[in-house]
Amino acid sequence: MRKLLLQGLLKAPLTEKGPDDAAVEALARELDAAARARLGRSLSIREVDAGSCNGCELEIHALGNAFYDLDRFGIRFVASPRHADVLLVTGPVAKNMAEALKRTYDATPSPKWVVAAGDCAINGGLFAGSYAVTDGAAAVIPVDLKIPGCPPTPVDLLTGLLALLRAGKA
Amino acid sequence: MVNLSDLFARNGSACRPWPRVSVNEAEWSALCAELAAGRLTLSALFGDSATVHMALLDEATGRLALASLPCPAGAFPSVARHHPPAARLERTIRDLFGLTPVGAPDDRPWLDHARWGVRAPLGAASPDAGAGAAYTVLPVEGEGVHQIPVGPVHAGIIEPGHFRFSAYGETVVRLEERLGYVHKGTEGLMAGRTPEEAARIAGRHSGDATVAYALAFCRAVEAARGVAIPERAHALRGLMAELERLANHLGDIGAICNDAAFALMLAHCGVLRERVLRASARAFGHRLMMDRVVPGGVAQDITAEAITGVKAMVAEVRRAFPALVRLYDETASLQDRTVGTGFTKPEYVRQFGAGGFVGRASGRPFDARRALPYPPYDRLPFEVPVRTDGDVNARVWVRIREVEESLGLIIRLLDTLPKGDILVPVPAGGGEGVALVESFRGDVFAFVALAADGRVRRAHLRDPSWFQWPLLETAIEGNIVADFPLCNKSFNCSYSGVDL
Ligand code: SF4
Repeated sequence: MRKLLLQGLLKAPLTEKGPDDAAVEALARELDAAARARLGRSLSIREVDAGSCNGCELEIHALGNAFYDLDRFGIRFVASPRHADVLLVTGPVAKNMAEALKRTYDATPSPKWVVAAGDCAINGGLFAGSYAVTDGAAAVIPVDLKIPGCPPTPVDLLTGLLALLRAGKA
Repeated sequence: MVNLSDLFARNGSACRPWPRVSVNEAEWSALCAELAAGRLTLSALFGDSATVHMALLDEATGRLALASLPCPAGAFPSVARHHPPAARLERTIRDLFGLTPVGAPDDRPWLDHARWGVRAPLGAASPDAGAGAAYTVLPVEGEGVHQIPVGPVHAGIIEPGHFRFSAYGETVVRLEERLGYVHKGTEGLMAGRTPEEAARIAGRHSGDATVAYALAFCRAVEAARGVAIPERAHALRGLMAELERLANHLGDIGAICNDAAFALMLAHCGVLRERVLRASARAFGHRLMMDRVVPGGVAQDITAEAITGVKAMVAEVRRAFPALVRLYDETASLQDRTVGTGFTKPEYVRQFGAGGFVGRASGRPFDARRALPYPPYDRLPFEVPVRTDGDVNARVWVRIREVEESLGLIIRLLDTLPKGDILVPVPAGGGEGVALVESFRGDVFAFVALAADGRVRRAHLRDPSWFQWPLLETAIEGNIVADFPLCNKSFNCSYSGVDL
């Protein structure tokens, strides 16, 4: 184990540069004025799977790996909505999950922001029109930012979350 | 006695490559008795308009057959009454199609949480208030037993489900799962679509196994239409399937260790997993390779440059992985958590026909790539690792060995890649097809019935987790509550895959 740890110290870090500023700026501008209240320098995110196929979760997990290293931006995932500034919602919002999502939203202290991650959360994606889904997070709770993709890549997700931080600082 | 040969002997099945025959109630019940006696394995049980189908596997001969029972009166003899693995499947049939399993041991709904605004949406649909309904969890009696409800929203980044622990002190005496939270009506959405459209939906039953799902669906469609796809397409499908297995196993090994408070493994495995995803993206234009397996072949060919990229990735994993395996094997604090934890009984694994690392860690050697070989695996040598210790540690080791096998398969597939086309048209028309495909977590079963206009009339995909989730309930018994995340992660069952 010592050898592995040492190698980790001696090798160049794998962490890559963040996404380019123009993309972040463009997304930041899209945010509604209400989201421009101060978020400070860090974001605490509560992720809620509201009916995803789990593909989006895989890429959200990947944000934590050494290449993207989400922590360095002051962004972290928290275990409770009560500790969160942001709800990151995936899935078309299955009707069986709608109440749980609403309750999670209500349990999140204001000011709070909702990010719909992935095509499903934005408009139901390929599941739109089913008897069992609500065709997107906005049908259940107000959505502030959309990150499209099926699933969005870690870079897409990072770009969106940085936009949220930047909007917060403006 | 009824056996599969009797079923095979009956001619006239339009289903390929395995037959589907109509049976009467007496024969249906006789087949249930065969299941209960362990002479056949239940591979799938699903509803249709006024019919129930059961897919039966004869593991000894590697054959499969479907038995269909018409139920004009909206009822069928319960399978679960004789064979417990059928219970959740049967409850699902009633929820979605409104067909009643007569004599079923459990008449509670499963996927239907009374939120859809409709009852029996795929059968005799009738309106429902959609206001939700109370659910009765099974009683646990005894002094000092307390209940701990968890979910559907969990602490981590994980799919939603509800777990009810009944604990005596720290010891779990019973765990009851309640799922269905991510029911999306997937099968209803596939009906009426073209095979091309339905394949995209098929690939989203469980996003982590998207290649396997699309493969199972497309193989069933191609069987139904009698289409032979090019050799190169077979090889590229195999390549994608192994890349998917590799990425998931690496992710799981890291995540299991992380749940045993050993974050270093997660960090290292996370890097390797990311390398696999990047190589996959370079080769097929999508990190998870969604929508790349299509009816008739594959959507995208691999370039010479991407082949070099995949080979470099394999070399990198081969360089880095052995040290991680040693680290896992030699860290006493880690072994202390994984050895002996979450033991899954071999007899349960056999009874439930549990596949993947859950089955193979408890002595059931079944692997669809080997048992019912399909291209390209019918021409490739590989080992199917099996253990009998059945604990978290065994499930980690099965994954470790499978990582090594997949690396070998990937190189072999690249070195023997046939030249030629990657896609042939699938002529429109009717028919029925079945497929069984090995995903990273076990066998995915697919049944597709195409209408005369070529559109999907009925499609059913059965996730391996159907037969693994119930075993998780047994694996946690007698363990402490705090070991649940570890057991759960070592099973890594899909929620979306079974919620449909
Ligand atoms: S957007 Fe795509 S990957 Fe994400 S949950 Fe929906 S289908 Fe799955």
